[in-house]
Amino acid sequence: MLEVHTLSKRFGGLHAVRDVTLSVPKGQIVALIGPNGAGKTTTFAMIAGFIRPDSGTITFEGHDITGLRPDRIAEAGMVRTFQITQPFAGLTVAENIRVGAFLRTPSPRDATANARAIGTTLGLAPFLDRPAASLTVAGRKRLEVARALATSPRLLLLDEVMAGLNPAEIHDIVAMIRTIRDSGVTILLIEHIMQAVAALADDVYVLAQGSLIAQGPPRAIADHPAVIEAYLGRGAAAKLAAHA
Amino acid sequence: MKWLALAILAAIPFALPSQSLVNIAMLTAFSAFLGQCWNIAGGFGGLTSFGHAVFFGTGAYTGAILQTRYGLNPWLGLPAGFLLGAAVGAGIGAASFRAGLRGSYFALVTLAFAEVFRVLSNSTDFTRGGLGINIPLNLSWQNFQFADRRATYAVVLALLVLATAAATWLTRSRFGARLAALRENEDAASALGVDLVQTKTLALALSGGLTAMAGVVYAQTYLYIDPTIAFGSERSVEMLLVAMIGGAGTVWGPLLGAVVLHLVADISRNFITTPGFAPMLYGVVLLLIIALLPQGLAGLWATLRERIRRA
Amino acid sequence: MTEIVIAGLVNGILIGGVYALVALGLTLIYGVLHIVNFAHGSLLMVAMFAAWLLAEKAGLSPYAALPVVSLGMFALGWALYRFVIGRVSRGEDRAILLATLGVAVVLDNLFLTIFGGDTRQIETDLTFAMWEIGPLLLSVPKLIAFVVSLALATALWAFMARTDTGRAIRAVAKEPEGARLMGIRPDRIFALAYGIGIACLGAAACLLLPSFFVSPHVGNVFVLVAFTIVVLGGMGSFPGAVVGGLLIGVTESLGGLVLGESLGPIGISLVFIAVLLFRPTGLFGAAR
Repeated sequence: MLEVHTLSKRFGGLHAVRDVTLSVPKGQIVALIGPNGAGKTTTFAMIAGFIRPDSGTITFEGHDITGLRPDRIAEAGMVRTFQITQPFAGLTVAENIRVGAFLRTPSPRDATANARAIGTTLGLAPFLDRPAASLTVAGRKRLEVARALATSPRLLLLDEVMAGLNPAEIHDIVAMIRTIRDSGVTILLIEHIMQAVAALADDVYVLAQGSLIAQGPPRAIADHPAVIEAYLGRGAAAKLAAHA
Repeated sequence: MKWLALAILAAIPFALPSQSLVNIAMLTAFSAFLGQCWNIAGGFGGLTSFGHAVFFGTGAYTGAILQTRYGLNPWLGLPAGFLLGAAVGAGIGAASFRAGLRGSYFALVTLAFAEVFRVLSNSTDFTRGGLGINIPLNLSWQNFQFADRRATYAVVLALLVLATAAATWLTRSRFGARLAALRENEDAASALGVDLVQTKTLALALSGGLTAMAGVVYAQTYLYIDPTIAFGSERSVEMLLVAMIGGAGTVWGPLLGAVVLHLVADISRNFITTPGFAPMLYGVVLLLIIALLPQGLAGLWATLRERIRRA
Repeated sequence: MTEIVIAGLVNGILIGGVYALVALGLTLIYGVLHIVNFAHGSLLMVAMFAAWLLAEKAGLSPYAALPVVSLGMFALGWALYRFVIGRVSRGEDRAILLATLGVAVVLDNLFLTIFGGDTRQIETDLTFAMWEIGPLLLSVPKLIAFVVSLALATALWAFMARTDTGRAIRAVAKEPEGARLMGIRPDRIFALAYGIGIACLGAAACLLLPSFFVSPHVGNVFVLVAFTIVVLGGMGSFPGAVVGGLLIGVTESLGGLVLGESLGPIGISLVFIAVLLFRPTGLFGAAR
């Protein structure tokens, strides 16, 4: 469904992303993980059209979308959320979601109905008419997902929706992501925490210092020496093996 | 109930005995109309413009030139002014928003565009340069010149209703929702499929077209325009003040703002008549509003109503 | 013909020196506070009236008045930020912009109320003095203004680079949070930087007065000029403000020569629009 081929981006002298190639099959949850500063968010921003890649191609459902503007990509059916939540602070929660819903209908009545329904499904019912600025962190993360879902995407890009949440909230949001996948939406997510990924993903890509260092199902990835080194430092895999 | 009250309030000037009182009502409605025009871009869209005179002047010159140079009926100035004002708005908008200008930079670039238009109109024969344009006196309604101020008031009132209807549409429509989303957060709006350049440009075009109609009415009422009257920054500032003081981004704010400004002007005139005194007070009111009531008087109104309901 | 062009060029460079001083104040305020000070032209007008009053009522030459007016403008700027702009705006960009606009509206109209709309001038012994170098006739007050402006610009640069206060200001400009941890209070530095930026206007006013007129509307003449210089040089850049000032001085002078008296002023607005649309970082600015 989404094919990313040898994507690269430089910021000045820094090679933020180097030759990243990945593939997201329809109906799956694919995760992109890696330590801080690995280039996950930059990769995401390029896929969603917020940063223009220096080289490489991005293909969505067979169409080349490399370098398209974010609104065009959203219209094509792929929508992102933001790690640092970006609510329309002056609008109510329902009005926030409605902006997404308007992508598929010009009718204010339909958009409002869709927005309230999606908000209710995602557990935002009590807050629909309150200002978005009054939500808690967990509420804002849900709002990010609700707004994106309101655009009826076929592929959802989730950027660290679990960061900053407590274990109970993470448990809820993991269940929510599964429900979304089961409703037929393909998902590419970025996570920093490997445990959460293990519970969700069908396929995992590991990024370190801008390059892919491993790919595979979550269980294989957790034991991969290169991954352990990336997270824990050089020589860590050998030490762990020696202890075992 | 609210509508009936407003309709009665708007109708009172038709029954006023003196032309000078009608004139005050007309000027207040004119300010409210201008404020509402600014509000459509600056309030609902957050496109803070310091140069809306560029649209006002475009309309004023369009109306004046069409009749004095080409002998067209002055009423045609209204649609022609709208179209040209909208075109200027679309041009400035497309150029600025494509370049990613926003906030203070957008404010300054609109000011510069107004200055370019002022200098141009001041130095070309087509606009009769610094001499300005005199529109020959010919009082008749077919000629869009009225001896009775009540007729002028009626025209301004109709335009005010039109602009307020446009503002109301912004609070309900898809276009308005997208505009508000861009005002609140451009990245998030883009991610949800909102076309930034197109939406903002359309908002500026709509605002510019309506503002230009005010310029046409001005020229027909005073029968004289020159580059400073048309494109001077005082007009831009007045429009911004009315909207900001009344409440930017609210439907009724510009009406409140216009009433307050004209009350301030008329009351202060009883004490000090030096030019500059009333505008100075406007500046003070603006500072107070920014400090105490960021939502303007309309915001105060909403807060009070909420308190009364709870009490 | 060549002589007229050269004379225009020289004249432009001379006036550009004062423009640079005006723009330095603006760029300092932007660089440190990250605010667009729309009241800049109006505050220059206030300083010019102060210098004019001292000359007219106290018989003080504008050059002798320069330290007094600069100090007074520093105090006015400091107080304005401390009690009006800083308070009113609560740190929101749009509120700050509108607050500085509000200050400009109040000041312009306050002076219009008090002094009326007439333009005023003073005549010193030097007003019409000329200095002949070969075929060139240089206006002495403009030459003095140029030299003193560049000297003050250099002094300001040295102050920012060499003194503890200057370093503190630059620290706050770069990392307000980090500076706070170092024990520097950003709000005090903001008022100080705003005051210094406005003090530049006091000096510029005294240098302009012998060869320029004063009126309550004179701020409008300068506000767009100052912003054009600052965006051309790059918002926040010191060398940018000086080079930009000279370039705009020349643009204005040659624009008047080529396009004529009434169309000439269009040059500055066009440069401003072009820079913002096509090269928003200016000549010396970093990406914003």
